[in-house]
Amino acid sequence: MELKDKTLTLEGELTKFTVTALLQEFSQYKSKVISKIDMKKVTFVDSAGIAFLDEIYLSLERYSPVLINMNNEIDNAFKTFSSLDIEKITIKKTISIFEFIGNGFYNWKNSSKNAIYLLADIFYWSFVGIFNKKGQRKGSIIQQSLLIGVDALGIISLLSFILGLIIALQSAAQLRQFGANIFVADLMAISMVTEMGPMLTAIILAGRSGSSIASEIATMQVTEEIDALKMMAINPIRYVVVPKFHAITICIPLLVTASTVIGIFGGLIVAVTYLDLSAIAYFNRVIEVLILKDVLVGLGKSYFFAWVIVVIGSYYGFNVKGGAEGVGKVTTQSVVTSIFWVIILDAINSLIFYFEV
Amino acid sequence: MKKPIISVKNLVAKYGDKIVLDGISVDIYPQEITVILGGSGCGKTTLIKNILRLFEPYSGSVKIFGKEVTEMDEAEYYEILGKIGMLFQNGALLNSISIFDNISIPLEQHTNLSAQIIEKMIRVKLNLVNLGKSGSLFPAELSGGMKKRAALARAIALDPVILVCDEPSAGLDPLTSASLDDLIKKLKELLKMTMVIVTHELASIHRIADRIIFIDDGKILFTGTLKEAKMSKVNEVETFFRVGKFD
Ligand SMILES: Nc1ncnc2c1ncn2[C@@H]1O[C@H](COP(=O)(O)OP(=O)(O)OP(=O)(O)O)[C@@H](O)[C@H]1O
Ligand SMILES: [Mg+2]
Repeated sequence: MELKDKTLTLEGELTKFTVTALLQEFSQYKSKVISKIDMKKVTFVDSAGIAFLDEIYLSLERYSPVLINMNNEIDNAFKTFSSLDIEKITIKKTISIFEFIGNGFYNWKNSSKNAIYLLADIFYWSFVGIFNKKGQRKGSIIQQSLLIGVDALGIISLLSFILGLIIALQSAAQLRQFGANIFVADLMAISMVTEMGPMLTAIILAGRSGSSIASEIATMQVTEEIDALKMMAINPIRYVVVPKFHAITICIPLLVTASTVIGIFGGLIVAVTYLDLSAIAYFNRVIEVLILKDVLVGLGKSYFFAWVIVVIGSYYGFNVKGGAEGVGKVTTQSVVTSIFWVIILDAINSLIFYFEV
Repeated sequence: MKKPIISVKNLVAKYGDKIVLDGISVDIYPQEITVILGGSGCGKTTLIKNILRLFEPYSGSVKIFGKEVTEMDEAEYYEILGKIGMLFQNGALLNSISIFDNISIPLEQHTNLSAQIIEKMIRVKLNLVNLGKSGSLFPAELSGGMKKRAALARAIALDPVILVCDEPSAGLDPLTSASLDDLIKKLKELLKMTMVIVTHELASIHRIADRIIFIDDGKILFTGTLKEAKMSKVNEVETFFRVGKFD
């Protein structure tokens, strides 16, 4: 590169390997008057070379230099790679706080509306699906029941047992001080039946089945399988969601019952080994304190938990954005959101049935 | 005769027990457009991926720039990757980042160019594939054909020595497809690129191909120049060039 008579002469190749050095070299000429750029000695130009020329052209704009002595080949490269005058690329868009809040509210309104439509759809088709199995795969309810129910039984049992042990152990120390050993049975029965059994089951289901519902539907959405279903005149809700809805409805009371009973057994271990109670006394007491209302409320709310998990999983699945990454995202969101709503529903339930002024 | 830039000898590729490529030998010559032909599922993508070491060949040898690919160490392989662009059959754009960022990745990986130069190179490439206004979009916001073109822009981001395209024109309308062919020819002439292109489109083959490799059932059925292919007496090849379909 050399400057003579206001003419900057470039030489050799202008490529991705050379332009960084050339740019540095050019910086000494930046303040000089340059009206021509001589390309005679340039042998090869790639797209980095074009970008380089554009860059030096910009910094010399006030003299509007001209390119001279371009051979055919380089002229061609120019024509192909030309048109740097395309729209500047702006990636980051900043929005004002009001726009942000407004957008947030608008999106929230829209997504709530969609969620409610989906909820209605799912309930409608699940009801219809009891009598009419059209548009469902044969045996899909059994298959789903195995996935949602049987496969979860092990982990739910184990955790319920441990949870029972923990609760009993934590309270045993206190109860013993007052000689109220037998009340461990009351505690276990009521806490497991009304709260811990349904809650633990729901949270595990949200983590296991909610996430798998969301990711399955999301993947189908991303790979255009959902569109393909629609093209074949199959309602995706009937095909994908309804079997899961039925399966979870069948499984949830069984899982909750298992969780409750096993949790109470966990308490028994502590009662017998630590509180010197007999097993018979413990069970008699358990049966004595339980009233039908507790059992019904416990089981009843668990249905709502289960349905919330299916609806939210489906909602996030159907509303996936992007590709594989989107699938991961909605899966996480669906789990967090379903656990949130399970707890909210639980609170509402407690207010309705146990709040007395 | 020129020396091949890619040379494959007795390549065997398997998925599990299934033999997909059964002893394939091909040569790719510099500054030529080599078209790989063959029915769906015959192993074209597999061949490409084996050449580029995306899969480990079961046996056989693959040489790029005279070096055995499987024996390269990481540094050598990395250097080679900087000279090869690949357009995947399904685009394979990264979904979590914008088109602009997708194209900037190879540039940032393999060069130490400044941010301004990189941005300009990206804009040049986007313009080349007619996506000048779409750089800030995300892959999920593009149509199928746009995705293909964006993926092509990413593949040529580094002005590679070798460009490998897996069905570049599948899913494009004939006009776009023709302009893509023009672009491919232009790139070959301007940047002296070597190209390996998988395609089924007869029109496109007539426009761009210098050399044909015809694969059937994991074996090479025919290799030769376009002219030789048109006059070939091999049954399948003749049929293909007559009706533009595989039987
Ligand atoms: N990851 C994989 N695992 C197992 N088998 C595979 C895998 N990828 C491809 N195959 C099989 O290998 C064979 C060749 O596949 P390949 O993708 O190479 O075909 P292709 O010639 O590119 O076809 P198309 O024109 O449809 O893209 C096919 O029979 C396919 O089923
Ligand atoms: Mg393929």
